[in-house]
Amino acid sequence: MAIITYREALNQALSEEIENDPNVVLMGEEVAQFKGSYKVSEGMLEKYGPERVIDTPISEAAFSGLAVGAAMMGMRPVVEFMFWSFCYVAFDQIFNNAASIRYMSGGLINVPIVFRGPANGGTNVGATHSHTPENFAANTPGLKVICPATPADAKGMMKAAIRDNDPVCVMENTILYNMKGEVPDENDYIVPLGKANVLKEGKDMSIIAHGKAVHSSLQVAQTLEEKHGIFAEVLDLRSIRPLDVDAIIATVKKTNRVLLVEENKPFCGVDSQVAFIIQDQAFDFLDAPIKRISAIDAPQAYSKALENIQIPDHDRILAKAMELV
Amino acid sequence: MEGLHHDTIIDPPNSDSSENDADSLKSVEETKQTVDGDIGKDFSKSEANKLLTKEEKLNLYEQMIRIRRFEERSLRSYQQGHIGGFLHLYIGQEAVAVGSVSMLGDDDHIITAYRDHGHALAVGMEFDECMAELYGKKTGCSKGKGGSMHFFAPDKNYWGGHGIVGGQTPLGLGIAYALKYNKKKGACLCFMGDGATNQGPFYESLNLASLWNLPVIYIIENNGYSMGTAESRHSAGDPLAKRAEPFDISWSVSSGHDLFEVRQTISDALKSAHENSRPSVLEIVTYRYRGHSVADPDQTYRSKEEIEEYKTNKDPINLLKEKLLNEGIVTDTELKEIDIKAKGDADASAEFADASPYPDPSELMDDIYWETDNPDNKTSEGIMFFETPQ
Ligand SMILES: Cc1ncc(C[n+]2csc(CCOP(=O)(O)OP(=O)(O)O)c2C)c(N)n1
Ligand SMILES: [Mg+2]
Repeated sequence: MAIITYREALNQALSEEIENDPNVVLMGEEVAQFKGSYKVSEGMLEKYGPERVIDTPISEAAFSGLAVGAAMMGMRPVVEFMFWSFCYVAFDQIFNNAASIRYMSGGLINVPIVFRGPANGGTNVGATHSHTPENFAANTPGLKVICPATPADAKGMMKAAIRDNDPVCVMENTILYNMKGEVPDENDYIVPLGKANVLKEGKDMSIIAHGKAVHSSLQVAQTLEEKHGIFAEVLDLRSIRPLDVDAIIATVKKTNRVLLVEENKPFCGVDSQVAFIIQDQAFDFLDAPIKRISAIDAPQAYSKALENIQIPDHDRILAKAMELV
Repeated sequence: MEGLHHDTIIDPPNSDSSENDADSLKSVEETKQTVDGDIGKDFSKSEANKLLTKEEKLNLYEQMIRIRRFEERSLRSYQQGHIGGFLHLYIGQEAVAVGSVSMLGDDDHIITAYRDHGHALAVGMEFDECMAELYGKKTGCSKGKGGSMHFFAPDKNYWGGHGIVGGQTPLGLGIAYALKYNKKKGACLCFMGDGATNQGPFYESLNLASLWNLPVIYIIENNGYSMGTAESRHSAGDPLAKRAEPFDISWSVSSGHDLFEVRQTISDALKSAHENSRPSVLEIVTYRYRGHSVADPDQTYRSKEEIEEYKTNKDPINLLKEKLLNEGIVTDTELKEIDIKAKGDADASAEFADASPYPDPSELMDDIYWETDNPDNKTSEGIMFFETPQ
C-alpha cells in the first residue's frame, strides 16, 4: 500500500479503468494537454493518447450530451467538469437525458457514464464556482451520487463508478486533492457505492458527514475527546445515493445523539433527508433532538473573512456538538 | 481521406472532404429554387431513386399511409379520452421520416424530438406497441413510462423520442461519436424542428461535429412553426440551415413534400458522413396539418386556407400517389388495398391498446437503475429508493 494524494488516487483509478476497458474515455476541458485544471489527469494523454483522453471546447451541454449518447451506445465515458458548478449549463443533459432515458425507454437503454469534478466551496472563488449540487443530483431518481472524502475512497469509489452500469455523479473536492493517505495498489481495489464508513468509534454521540465535512468532524471529535471527555463516533456517508441507511441507524442506536454536518446549503440539503430517516426509523433511540449544521444559507461568499464562517468550521461544529450533551 | 479511419478522434477538419461535401450537396441557389416552387424537378430518376423497384416504391407509399392512418386513429383515441398529455402528430410530414429512414444501412442510427411517431414507425416499430404506449399500457414500447414523446427501439437503431426541444442534438452527436470511435462506417440522423434551431446546445454540437469530424446529420424538419410562432417571428436569418456555414459544415435546403427528393438529399449527406466522416445540416421544408399538440388551438397563428393549400397541392402522400399512378406501375385498387389494411391495422392497434392492462403499481420502481433491475449483478449496497409503493 502506497501513500499518495487524493489527486493521484483519482489518476490511478482513471488510468487503470482506461487500461481495463477499451470503452472508457476521459473527456472534458483541459483534461489532456493541460493535464487537467487540477492536474488529476496528469500524464494520461501521453500514456493513452488523444482517443482516450480528450480535450473538449467549453461546451458543457454538448460534451455532456455527447457522452450520454455514447454511453447509450455502450461506451463508458468519464466526463470531467472543471467545477461541478459548471454542470448547470448542461443540466438538461444530466438531469433529463442521463437520468431519465432508462425509465422513459422502459428499461431498453442504460447509461453507463461518470460525471466527475470538484464540488466545493472554501476556495474564495465566489458563488458561481462554489456549488455543492450533491443534493440536486440525489433528488433525481436515475442518478447515483458519491462524495469520496479520502484518497483510498477516491480510488476505490471512482473505479466502482466507472464500472457501474448507471450514471454516477462523483463529487470531488479541490481542497482534498492534496490530501495524502494509504491507497491500495491493486487493480481490483473497489469501494462499493452505498457503503458508509465509521472513521472513529465513539459512544456519546454520532457525527454524520460527507465530503470534506468528514475531516472537520474528525477534528471536532478529537477536541471533544481531549477537552471534554466526550467520545463521538464519526460516520462518513461516502455515498449519497445509494445511502447506507443501516449504518446511519446503527450509529444512532449506539450513541442516541446525532449531529449532522455538511457543506451543502441547508434547505433540502442531503442532511434533511438523513434527519428524516433517523426520526422515522430510530425515534425511540434519540435522547435529544437531531442537530444539524450546514453551510450558512447565503450564496457562497468570496471574502475569506466571510467564507470561513460560511462553511462549517471546527468551532461552529464544536459549539453545535456541545448543544447535544 | 480515411474518414472514419483516422488515428485520433479529434483529427482536424479535412479540407479535401469539405470540397467533396460541397459537390455532393446542392448549392443555396439550387436549393432555394427547389423550395420556392421548383416542383418541376423530378427526383424519381435521381441517383438515389432510379433503381427503386415497383415493390420498393409501393412499400414506401405504404409506410407513409400507415403512419398517417395510425396517427389519425390515435387522434380519435385522444378525443375519446384514452390518451393523456400531449399528442404531437406528424401528419403532413411523413415523407421526411420515411424517405430518410429508407436510405439507412445497418450501422446508421436515428434520434429525434417529441414528434416521433413517424420516425418510430418508419424504423419498423409496430402499431400495437406504439398505440399501447400512447394509452399508457404495460404492453407499450416503453411499458407505459415514456408516452407519445418518448418512443425508443435501440434494436432498430432508434434512440428516441426526446421531449426537451433541442435536448437530443448533443445525444445525436454522441451516437455519431461512438460509431466513429468503434470504427463503424455509419452515421446518426438527428431530427429536430425549426424552433429547435434556436437552442444553444445545437450550436455547441455543430462546433464539435465539425471540429471532430463526426458523422452526424442534423435534419431540420422545417414545418414553418415553433408551436404557434412562425419562423419569421422566431428566427433571424434565412435559411435556417445556413447557420451551419460558420462551422464549415455543408448544408442544404430541400423539399420534404417529395419523398424522392428527401431520399436524394439524405443519400448525399450519408455519403459525406460514411466516406469522409463529415457532418451535414439539412433543412427539409415540410408542413404539419394538425395543431402543435392536438389539443392546441390552431387558428391564432395560421389560416385555414394555408392548411388547405398544403393539403391540396403539397401533400406528400398524394404527390407520391400521383407519381406512381402516372408512371403506370400501380393501380388505384392496389393503393386502396394498402390504405384499407393500414386503417384496419390502426383500428386493431387501438383495440389491442384498449384491451391491454395498465402497468402494475410495483412497476413504478422498475427501469430506473440498471442495477436494481439486475439484482444478480448488484455491486452497490445501501438504499436506492426513499419512498416506494406500499
Ligand atoms: C426546452 C423546451 N422549451 C420549450 C418546450 C415546449 N415546446 C415543445 S415543442 C415546442 C415548439 C418546437 O417547435 P419545432 O422545434 O419547430 O418543432 P415542431 O413542433 O414544429 O416539430 C415548444 C416550445 C420544450 N418541450 N422544451
Ligand atoms: Mg416546427
